[in-house]
Amino acid sequence: MKFSFQKCLQVMNKVSLIIFREYLTRVKKKSFIIATFLGPILMGAVMFLPTYFALNTQGNQFFQVIDESGLMGAIFVSDNEVNYEYISTNLDLAKSDLLENDIDGLIYIPEFELNEPKGFILYGASNQSISTLSSIENTLELHIESLRLSASGLDKEVIESFEANIDLNTINLSDSGGEQESSSGAATIIGYIASFMIYMFVFIYGAMCMRGVIEEKSSRIVEIVLSSVKPFELMMGKVIGIAMVGLTQFVLWILSTGGISILISVLMSPVALEMGAANSEMSSEVDMMATALSALGGINMTLVLSAFLFYFIGGYLLYGALFAAIGSASESDADAQQFMLPVTAPLIISIISLSLVLQDPHGSVSFWMSIIPFTSPIIMMMRIPFGVAPWELILSMLMLILGFLFTLWIAGRIYRVGILMHGTKVNWKILAKWFMTSD
Amino acid sequence: MDLIKIDHISKAYSGHPALSDVSLTIPDKSIFGLLGPNGAGKTTLIRIITKIIQQDQGKVFLNEEEITYDLVRKIGYLPEERGLYKKMKVGEQLIYLSQLKGLSRTEAVKRIKIWLEKLDLKSWWNKNVEDLSKGMAQKVQFIATVVHEPRLLILDEPFSGFDPVNADLVKNEILDLRDKGATIIFSTHRMESVEELCDNIALINQSKKILDGSVKQIKEEQKQGQYIIDYTGTLPIKESFDVLSQTDLEGDLKRAHIKFHKASKPNDLITQLIRSVQLFAFSEKIPTINEIFISKVSPSHE
Repeated sequence: MKFSFQKCLQVMNKVSLIIFREYLTRVKKKSFIIATFLGPILMGAVMFLPTYFALNTQGNQFFQVIDESGLMGAIFVSDNEVNYEYISTNLDLAKSDLLENDIDGLIYIPEFELNEPKGFILYGASNQSISTLSSIENTLELHIESLRLSASGLDKEVIESFEANIDLNTINLSDSGGEQESSSGAATIIGYIASFMIYMFVFIYGAMCMRGVIEEKSSRIVEIVLSSVKPFELMMGKVIGIAMVGLTQFVLWILSTGGISILISVLMSPVALEMGAANSEMSSEVDMMATALSALGGINMTLVLSAFLFYFIGGYLLYGALFAAIGSASESDADAQQFMLPVTAPLIISIISLSLVLQDPHGSVSFWMSIIPFTSPIIMMMRIPFGVAPWELILSMLMLILGFLFTLWIAGRIYRVGILMHGTKVNWKILAKWFMTSD
Repeated sequence: MDLIKIDHISKAYSGHPALSDVSLTIPDKSIFGLLGPNGAGKTTLIRIITKIIQQDQGKVFLNEEEITYDLVRKIGYLPEERGLYKKMKVGEQLIYLSQLKGLSRTEAVKRIKIWLEKLDLKSWWNKNVEDLSKGMAQKVQFIATVVHEPRLLILDEPFSGFDPVNADLVKNEILDLRDKGATIIFSTHRMESVEELCDNIALINQSKKILDGSVKQIKEEQKQGQYIIDYTGTLPIKESFDVLSQTDLEGDLKRAHIKFHKASKPNDLITQLIRSVQLFAFSEKIPTINEIFISKVSPSHE
């Protein structure tokens, strides 16, 4: 067969027509528009609601305290979150009171030995939050410590003067000799978000690809289209068209999430400041957030974002091709189910392995999983915020490119036969036979 | 001149033959009917010509050149398994399919408008395909097949799903396309349309070609010396013909279907007949394609 530039242009022209159609019909859909608007709102909510709730805990909890030891003094101080009331009634009476009246908890301090403090109980009508528990424990511990100190005759102020508060800054040394400030906390968060986004995108758009193929097959349009283009061109057009839909959605999300985040933080900053002024503990939390944000500066965000785009596209192409092949073998979503698990297993394994990777981002499991194309998009996104040697990144990217070329080739061979088959009960053996069928 | 030459094509699906050693020629600028019962191998043959599937053996020539993928893409092909994108509008869909065939957008719009008008679909431009009736969708598919004015049209069961009115509409368009110089191959297992449409036919049964040629020639070959006569009186017995059937018409008039034992000229028959009966009408019984089809395909012929 002779190769001509003009013919090549014709093919490109046809594939771009297909890409354009696939893209337009999806972008114009209501579900796409809704997802585009809802996505950032949800993401904004996920990011900001926890902070918001941390700053405005349910407020006005009411605790009663019975101090039978007489040692503790008024250590529980009411604030705008919790009101404490010291009572001297009998414990049983107080317990029944707790159930009748609207009391959130009863702190019982028995008589105890300073050497061996025990028997403290928190009664409540329902389970208390961990933060409440630890705050009460903390208060009790601190006070007992200071009681012990004074019992041993040491001056509290002297002790306090010995206390040191160290903030450990971590700095990663890179091969080039430069120093890089890092924060494993921020890296973890960024890694998680990026990995989950890749996982979601690959799943959502891969499935979209599969459904598109099934639709063409079951509506019997495919043979009409195939009288104008080759099966592989049709498949590529669809896969690429949907990739562009994903990219569009991603860009829109980034833009609008940015917008909404700025809006929310502007709206919330007066609240945070107010709370901070009222409560010194809160202001330290705000400080922590500030440190975390400044630590982002230590992570190469340009690298993270561009790697994200690469692994999104690469991962999507790799899996999208397989999803398209599954679609070509199925006449309904139900038919496709039997093939879904083996194909998506590496994705799911990647997500499960994230915590493993997190424990040792530079270990051999992390390394190999970020090189193997089927797991690399998710795993590598987890590793990049912790810093990855350039050669590893390049190797992983090359492997991913080879990987998706390979799956596109396999998928193309299955697709060209499967897309025209109707009424055959398809299993793995038949897929293999289609793959082996010569042109 | 022959446009297409099919040379010893064989194809089997997992050991089960779909076509065995089929050879055919299809003349230029004519309508060729590919006939056969369900499952005979018609669609397989068409899919081989359009290179959608690959034959096991044999070759297909277009204009004496072995057919290539690029040549196939210029064909207008209406597959048997056909549908449309349900969520797309009629106009957009036709524009898309015409652009895939290489038309520019403006040219496509112009031609599609003319075709929608011709097939009474003018007001459907902006309707979703899922709102169309089956017949309308078939017409849209037909337009998609012919809009790029291909020199060769391959229509697999083009009339299935049409009511008689629409079938007629499409039939006339097919004849019109032939008159404008297109070559049309169509397959069908329904014989009604064949005689008025086809110049040539081939009959395929159980993966084998049974007969082919021009309609006229096939009918000529298949006639068996049968005549219909209207007469009064009594037919002579033990003559050189058999009476296959006999019906009473009005009054004394009777009609008989007779068959000669051996080939002879009609005049000889008439001479024999007028000796004993009064002859009112005499006509040769030429078999319809339907009758030929049934006689060739029915199990008694195996």
